[in-house]
Amino acid sequence: MKRLIKLLVNDKDYELAVEPNQTLVDVLRYTIGLTGTKKGCEVGDCGSCTVIMDGKPVNSCLVLAVQADGRVIRTIEGVEADTGLHPLQASFVEKGAVQCGFCTPGMVLSAQSLLERNPKPNEAEIRTAISGNLCRCTGYQKIVEAIHDCSEKMTR
Amino acid sequence: MSEYNVINSRAPRLDAPGKATGRAKYVDDMSMPGMLYGAILQSPLAHARILNIDTSRARSLPGVKAVVTAKEAGLIKYGVSPARYDETLYCHDKVRYVGDELAAVAAVDLETAMEALSLIQVDYEELPAVFTVEEAMAEGAPLLHADYPRNISAEVHQEFGNVEAGFKECDLIKTTTFVNKRQDAAFLEPHGCLAEFDLFGQLTLHTSTQVPHYVMRTVAMVLGIPVGKIRVVKPYVGGGFGPKCEATPLEMSACLLAKVTGKPVKMNYSREQVFLHSRARHQFIHTITTGVKKDGTLVALTNECHLEGGAYTSFGIATVYYSGSLLGGPYKLPNMKYDGYRIFTNRPACGAQRGHGGVAARAAWEQQLDMIAVELGIDPMELRLRNIMSTGDVTCNVLDMSSLGMKECVEAVRDGSDWNAKRGKMSRGKGVGIACGFFVSGAGYPIYRSDTFHSTVVIKLAEDGGTAQVLTGSAEIGQGSDTTMAMIAAEALGVKYSDVRVTSGDTDLAVDLGAYSSRQTLMTGHATKEAAEDVKRQVIEVLAQDLSIPPEDIDFKNGLVVFKNGTVDFSRVRTRYIQEHRGWTDPPTGDLTFKEAARMAFLAKGTIVGTGKYKPGQLGGKHKGAAVGTSPAYGCSAQVVEVTVDMDTGKVTIDRMTDAHDCGLAVNITSVEGQMEGSLSMGMGEALFEEVKFDSKGKILNANLGEYKIPTALDMPNVKTIIVESNEPNGPFGAKEVGEGAIMPTIPAILNAVYDATGVWIHELPLTPERVYRAIQQAKK
Repeated sequence: MKRLIKLLVNDKDYELAVEPNQTLVDVLRYTIGLTGTKKGCEVGDCGSCTVIMDGKPVNSCLVLAVQADGRVIRTIEGVEADTGLHPLQASFVEKGAVQCGFCTPGMVLSAQSLLERNPKPNEAEIRTAISGNLCRCTGYQKIVEAIHDCSEKMTR
Repeated sequence: MSEYNVINSRAPRLDAPGKATGRAKYVDDMSMPGMLYGAILQSPLAHARILNIDTSRARSLPGVKAVVTAKEAGLIKYGVSPARYDETLYCHDKVRYVGDELAAVAAVDLETAMEALSLIQVDYEELPAVFTVEEAMAEGAPLLHADYPRNISAEVHQEFGNVEAGFKECDLIKTTTFVNKRQDAAFLEPHGCLAEFDLFGQLTLHTSTQVPHYVMRTVAMVLGIPVGKIRVVKPYVGGGFGPKCEATPLEMSACLLAKVTGKPVKMNYSREQVFLHSRARHQFIHTITTGVKKDGTLVALTNECHLEGGAYTSFGIATVYYSGSLLGGPYKLPNMKYDGYRIFTNRPACGAQRGHGGVAARAAWEQQLDMIAVELGIDPMELRLRNIMSTGDVTCNVLDMSSLGMKECVEAVRDGSDWNAKRGKMSRGKGVGIACGFFVSGAGYPIYRSDTFHSTVVIKLAEDGGTAQVLTGSAEIGQGSDTTMAMIAAEALGVKYSDVRVTSGDTDLAVDLGAYSSRQTLMTGHATKEAAEDVKRQVIEVLAQDLSIPPEDIDFKNGLVVFKNGTVDFSRVRTRYIQEHRGWTDPPTGDLTFKEAARMAFLAKGTIVGTGKYKPGQLGGKHKGAAVGTSPAYGCSAQVVEVTVDMDTGKVTIDRMTDAHDCGLAVNITSVEGQMEGSLSMGMGEALFEEVKFDSKGKILNANLGEYKIPTALDMPNVKTIIVESNEPNGPFGAKEVGEGAIMPTIPAILNAVYDATGVWIHELPLTPERVYRAIQQAKK
């Protein structure tokens, strides 16, 4: 039996009928069409599906859509500014932090969440904040550099 | 200051903004009206005869649109190497591993498709299974494939020089046996695809692949569709590293189901299915004997290798050749003998993974070289330098090092890591190790025997002359090939990087063998450069005529026309261009621009299209198997790794990595570093954590990214990357590979550092705390 839920995603209200076993990531991707959130493992191991729910990064594959009822969600599509790339995204581009790009939306959101809590993190804090986001391409170095770069620019 | 305007810089990647904003489309981000969802039934048993498959209940489930088995798919054999086509799309007589494909279903949604799978009744007669090389080769062992006695899927026997005579001259002969573990490539995006037939019977397959070209050919062969009726399109791909180098049952099932139902069919592997499909790194068991003179001069090497290959051959013939041929360098070695055996087991088939076939061999040998250095009392760095090859050297197995900055790499990591102050001089539990390696810059021959071009490229100018569009079949899988091609095209044409667009990964655009064997920078790069030069020539010809000057006097640089013999009156051209563009906002001023010249060319000749192509010339030796390992160029690396080993727990921590890689000319410096850093991360994972584990019935125990551990941001240290630029005569602008060569030294450098820290040699991967602890305890006895 479907249940009706309300979500506020990237400042837009949605009222949706969802199956009780549907995950948030599936609703975001396939029902709403926000495909920037990626699915890499569906069991909470890889972090590709990271979104910000009520201010905290979560693996949206581990959240049932019904659990997200009434919550405020930010996906990667909500990060881009009207004027173009968010400074964090600009740093990712500039520093070469993007290769295959499949982990990138989740990485950007984990990083953004970190910088909101801690605008000037040190390297260990950056690495800890993204330790739930697997990347197989970069060896993480340029991702760490990008987050550090953005932090410097935004707190200058 | 670089002599170039575009290449050899840190130009931002073309695809990065799209990927950083979630706009970039991967295959599962696509959907089509009326799309069905497919799913595959896989064997729960490792080895069994199929007695009967009953699909009737699945077929009658509401929402199911098609169920296909070998009956519908036929029994056409396919694989990677034509010499070993040993797979059929679905099993018909028996299953050979847990995960072997039996049937596929298309339904209105995934849930219904999965339910339908559970309704297919398969009756089996279980057969005895073999899971290790030893079991599989034992007398009387059950055979996976009747035609392959002792389960040998491929074997190689090569000798270069005279090993026996060589060993007689040696002062020290060392033999060791080294074992790695089966790996998973653990790319973040599971395979997915979406297949659709149009109303004229033309098939379009969107798929997460490294090789659209080979997928097209395999689908054509297996499903009996002419190549010209198939278009394979690769959207953005979330990593490949090797296992996405061949057509999958997923892709062929989607195509077949789309054909049967007349609807678009989408399919994805789950993460578990990625592990089951595998096609990743083999387990290699190397027994290596090296003979040297007392000054450390290498004289002879014998290498015997058994590869645990899984149920089918996949890339295995190439793999078993590579694990021999890639020890030919980067040291001067006059005598080398190789005996390789790839063995079928009742496990998922292994295939190609970054550093194809050479990674374990390299680890085994580089570790042994350190053992020899220690025994002879020679610094391991020095031992390597005494034997190092340089540009122009040819290995005993006829690999021509047309450029090789190997010595420069060793010296760079020695100085960059402070080696001389550290080796053997740090406190117990801390150590530093070195290793080297090299890799092909593109396979010299296609996988199927053919005189085909390896890459063709088309460059088309926009009618206003302002944009050059590169059309290529090459595969951007995250390594940055689109950006590389844009940079090469911009440089060769003389326009700005921002004025080049790349459309790639589509078999309709051009021919390209794809992203494997570290080939695209050199091969697609060559074709791109040639196409750009073709365009440039055409534009110059028209402009020369318009200005009544010789074409040799004209060049393009950075989007501007350069007149080599002083000022030329181009006012007529400018006036005409401006007349052509009344009301447009960007009238050119100052120097004559490429855009104006290109518009004149369009007015004279219509759409300006240039083409380029590449295939290597005659390469390598004449011996059997010479095709594997032969390449127009070789990249090489040296690495120094610094570790801390907890002597009480055996835990290894990587403190520092210094990596030097010779990539010829670095087209994009940031991307080269990215390949180096990523390679080291993957190598570190294989050295310390990674192992696909099985239960006693052949089922994978850790088919997920929680229990199959790859490095996280907390495991990986920062890498000091040093780019060594030789000038590769066979590469476009002197460029060659970095994507795979960089992984070669990582594992042995770690092994050698662990020895320096503990005084213990460990010949088995991964270096788990338990294994290291036991080795330390054993050494105390």
